[in-house]
Amino acid sequence: MAGISEQPPAEAFLKGVWRENPVFVQVLGMCPVLAVTNSALNGVAMGLATAFVLLMSGTLVSLLRNVIPKQVRIATYIMIIATFVTVVDYVIQAVSLELYRALGAFIALIVVNCLILGRAEAFASKNRPVTAAMDALGMGLGFAIALLCLGGVREILGSGTFFGIPLFGPSFEPWVVAVLPGGGFFTLGLWVILFSWLKERGQKKPGPAAHGGEVAHG
Amino acid sequence: MTDTVRSGEGRPPADIPPATNLIRALGGIGVFCSLLIVLVWQFTLPVIEQNQREALEKAVFRVLPGAVQQKTWMIHEGKIRAVTDKPDPAGVPVRAGFDEEGRLVGLALTTAGQGFADVIRIIYGYEPEGQKIIGMQVLESKETPGLGDKIEKDPRFIANFRQLDVQVNPGDGALAHRIQLVKSGKKQNPWEIDSITGATISSRAIAKMLDASVARSVPLLAKEKAVFQLKREL
Repeated sequence: MAGISEQPPAEAFLKGVWRENPVFVQVLGMCPVLAVTNSALNGVAMGLATAFVLLMSGTLVSLLRNVIPKQVRIATYIMIIATFVTVVDYVIQAVSLELYRALGAFIALIVVNCLILGRAEAFASKNRPVTAAMDALGMGLGFAIALLCLGGVREILGSGTFFGIPLFGPSFEPWVVAVLPGGGFFTLGLWVILFSWLKERGQKKPGPAAHGGEVAHG
Repeated sequence: MTDTVRSGEGRPPADIPPATNLIRALGGIGVFCSLLIVLVWQFTLPVIEQNQREALEKAVFRVLPGAVQQKTWMIHEGKIRAVTDKPDPAGVPVRAGFDEEGRLVGLALTTAGQGFADVIRIIYGYEPEGQKIIGMQVLESKETPGLGDKIEKDPRFIANFRQLDVQVNPGDGALAHRIQLVKSGKKQNPWEIDSITGATISSRAIAKMLDASVARSVPLLAKEKAVFQLKREL
């Protein structure tokens, strides 16, 4: 478990966005990914909320990594994560009630997003705060981008708008299925195919060490 | 945690810290976390309450087209009262909207009922002069996107609530007709609501909660409409 060589911060940041993207590569946190991405705005808001919780809890876990006895580490991580989720919940309510209504119960469910506990356990608890923060930022950004990709496509197809701006004329008949749960799975599948294809193409060119980091499962 | 290690497990004693360490770590982080939550709550609570008030105020103007100012009364045990500082959990607030000249535009009431997914809360505007409902807005709903949430978006459904008849009989003061939900496109009488195809349960929920609230409050409001004046003291 221990003894993972310290990654340079830039590498820790970038791998979450691309090579180990939490949604398209690790397929983590599917519950919010599929449930709230029926519009681009909801996707981005959920992504940013998750990124904030990731960043704060990752940094705090890393700072406390030598203080927390390993017998109670999971309980401690969950406590820290739940705290920041509650903070996000209040802040979103204060920023926009409309957004809060749209995200509904899924804000509270960030607590059980396995991505966050996974990063705390697999990375933050073994790395220095700066590296842990960069890793959390990268993963959070990767998560937010993935949710934007999903939410954008589903909103364009399902409502004919992007961030609420109508794209097509009034004659456009929305594909309602795209904003329903089934459409979430279709869109996710298509994005995963696209991502894998792009990754495969990239790997054919000789590049720097392909797979290095650890992947958390949840 | 025992301080003796059972033989056979092979764990060195140094692996298990004393229980006080665990308690200290959990307790310390627990206290820190609770302080953080309380702090954030303290800061955001006034803003959240302000947001909720503003959202409701905006909704009042939306269901009472033409209104630019509002004042709240309470229905309390069959009587209409001015709002006092005392909290009145049993009372039903009535928000009256007035136009620029201070004439009563209508009365806005909130009501709620079970929808397809979770409770739906709505606000509607009642116009005592014409004895009809002149607007309705969904305040809170978790209805299925694309289907049930048409109760908020479908213009044909929303048009139902611009001229919905809720007359009371001049004699006994009871409602002349109950609000009724009919199949989409079958609306014939001004007290009927056209339902939405594909969102039957959600539109039925709206009709039901609206009917119940109207039956409860409108006869009283129609009788006491003279109470609702912007500046009685002048």
